[in-house]
Amino acid sequence: MSRNGTRGSNRRLDVRKTYKMLIGGAFVRSESGRALDVEAPGGQWLGHVCRASRKDIRNAVVAARKAASGWAGATAYLKGQILYRAAEMLEGRASGFQEVLQSIGLTPAAAKAEVSQAIDLLVYYAGWSDKYLQVFGAVNPVATPHFNFSVTEPMGVVAYVAGEKRPLLDLVSGIAPIVVGGNVVITLSTSRASVAAMELGEVLETSDFPPGVINLLCGLREELLGQMASHMDVNALVLQGGDAKEQTACREACALNLKRFFPKEVNEKENEDPYRILDTVEIKTTWHPVGG
Amino acid sequence: MTKTSTTIGSDWGYAPAPESADHFKLKDQYGLFIGGKFVPAASGKRLKTINPANEKVIAEVADGGEKDVAKAVQAARTAYDKVWRKMSGRERGKYLYRIARIIQERARELAVVESMDGGKPIRESRDVDIPLAAAHFFYHAGWGDKLRYAFPGKSVSPIGVAGQIIPWNFPLLMVAWKVAPALACGNTVVLKPAETTPLTALLFSEICQEAGLPEGVFNLITGAGSTGAALVNHPGLDKVAFTGSTEVGKAIQKSLAGRGTRLTLELGGKAAHIIFEDATIDQAVEGIINGIYFNQGHVCCAGSRLLVQESVEEEVVTKLKARMESLIVGDPLDKNTDIGAINSKAQWDRIRDYLKIGEEEGAELFQTKCSVPEKGYWIRPSFFTRVAQSHRIVQEEIFGPVLAIQTFRTLNEALEKANNTPYGLSGGVWTDKGAKIFKVTRGIRAGVIWANTFNKFDPTSPFGGYKESGYGREGGRHGLRPYVELS
Repeated sequence: MSRNGTRGSNRRLDVRKTYKMLIGGAFVRSESGRALDVEAPGGQWLGHVCRASRKDIRNAVVAARKAASGWAGATAYLKGQILYRAAEMLEGRASGFQEVLQSIGLTPAAAKAEVSQAIDLLVYYAGWSDKYLQVFGAVNPVATPHFNFSVTEPMGVVAYVAGEKRPLLDLVSGIAPIVVGGNVVITLSTSRASVAAMELGEVLETSDFPPGVINLLCGLREELLGQMASHMDVNALVLQGGDAKEQTACREACALNLKRFFPKEVNEKENEDPYRILDTVEIKTTWHPVGG
Repeated sequence: MTKTSTTIGSDWGYAPAPESADHFKLKDQYGLFIGGKFVPAASGKRLKTINPANEKVIAEVADGGEKDVAKAVQAARTAYDKVWRKMSGRERGKYLYRIARIIQERARELAVVESMDGGKPIRESRDVDIPLAAAHFFYHAGWGDKLRYAFPGKSVSPIGVAGQIIPWNFPLLMVAWKVAPALACGNTVVLKPAETTPLTALLFSEICQEAGLPEGVFNLITGAGSTGAALVNHPGLDKVAFTGSTEVGKAIQKSLAGRGTRLTLELGGKAAHIIFEDATIDQAVEGIINGIYFNQGHVCCAGSRLLVQESVEEEVVTKLKARMESLIVGDPLDKNTDIGAINSKAQWDRIRDYLKIGEEEGAELFQTKCSVPEKGYWIRPSFFTRVAQSHRIVQEEIFGPVLAIQTFRTLNEALEKANNTPYGLSGGVWTDKGAKIFKVTRGIRAGVIWANTFNKFDPTSPFGGYKESGYGREGGRHGLRPYVELS
């Protein structure tokens, strides 16, 4: 995110980027027309990002729900390839992302490490796509003449609230296990991390994710969390960071429709963990008689 | 089948065949089971447990309160810290094997008491509830020393003290579903049975004594709803498992919101049972009967919404009526009885309310003409036709022998109707086409699907819901997850 007015000796004026959210495959501003300032840690003004409204959340849920059955029905092979494609796209823009992360305060080494980790994490979960069912599913030896098996199925629409510490990685580490599980996702990024999120939207949009599968919003956590936790058409809420009070409020709101709730610590080690896929899938068991 | 059954005369009726209850003796009073001993409630209060088939008092049980809950949680904590968590999984498993064996040894006694206390037909308690309870302990016993294979790549440890609350529809079986995985994984338990069906849980406490289970590993607090609330609200629990209504489940989630207590919920259902025109109709009719009239319809996964393809509606309904007329409603202890007593006066009132509501909403009620005893709580097998998706009898769980029948034309319409409730516990489909089975079983948003069968259960088979039917699984490898910490 270069905010120098000019660059080089030709005195050419930079063309700045307008950061937009990604909802239903379209890059949009908040319906509310509101924006937030983004500042570098030193206080230097970097630009504007959208300040999503509760109505934007609801719109995103509608877009996500529309995409849910198609994505759930996509083959594991296809989902794996699309995640891998996202890794390819991110790799191609690695230096740009490093620059963005540096502009919002990361050291060059940290920025480089974070981008590499995010790419590798996408590859990691892409590889799980056609394997986790084999590890976590089961054929059950019931004591009656029936064939009985248990498979994973996506929960549906999952809301994910990303932390801010690692602007890119916190987001990718939430999205990847959710969508590889066949869910569609609505994410909320906040503060400076929003810039990385909006950049990521451009990567995901060129990775063959069908419109609505991943929806990226940014805004104020305290303003929007309640809407995400209480929305009756959201099936699960994954929350990164946050204090005990916030988690309590989420749990209470989630009880409205028994939305599944997963508070997550920011823990680098747990990023590569297939059990994170298990969080946002259901287990379905099917019985059929065996016989003539 | 239809023709012959309608021409059989009254001479062909069944003679009474009551199961004897003289081979065991129930006590007049039972205490709470805390720290390996039976003790009275601190308040001295007692509740009467009633046989719903004749409204007679069977026994009195202690009405546990906050003080008793505190004592029980303390006993469970001590047993967890000093004994159970330290014991090898293999030794823990051996206790569970013992319990499984004693349940088998005392099977007939348990079956009779289950039918007396809860009203379910002896044929079901004898052939389903008790054998499955024993099987549940036998299955989980073997996991005790094999947990690391259940969770590849993780190290497994127990959670701590579990508070468990179970319903009245499968009293001993629910004890087994809750206690067996908890104990196998190294946790200790405080369990509260339902107010109306405490007896087999009390006999289970005796079985724990007979098995030599260390004191405090399993504790039982009998009582009513307020006792359950006292248990849930006790800060000493690491885990709460609840089976019951969605309304209470939501309240429990809210009351636990500010604590680190883990929670699993197995709640209500309103399962769609879909019959396609290419099904084997006679078998499907048996499936419908088993789906909704099994255990008086007191089954959270009951097939309470029949969706029948329009082209076979008349045939299915005609055959269903004929089959229903052959169902015998009456003495739960009679081996010929198909449908026993409604579990309690409160539930009886609730079902009769729904019968009224259904008629007021404009649906058409059919009930069989069988006789029912004068005393006790009885509902003849019933169904409604001419129902709309928005009717309360289609959306709400009745928990009784009352079926709502709707029709559909296309597979997609069937799925849309099937999924159009807040629940997602179970579902069923009947068709002879393999590809259609997979399309429908995938399309129903529910945790357990029966294809060309219904209401089958097994300890190796995970059970639990989607959506507002709760979360977590019971049974199978997946049923261990709620009782372990992974790292």
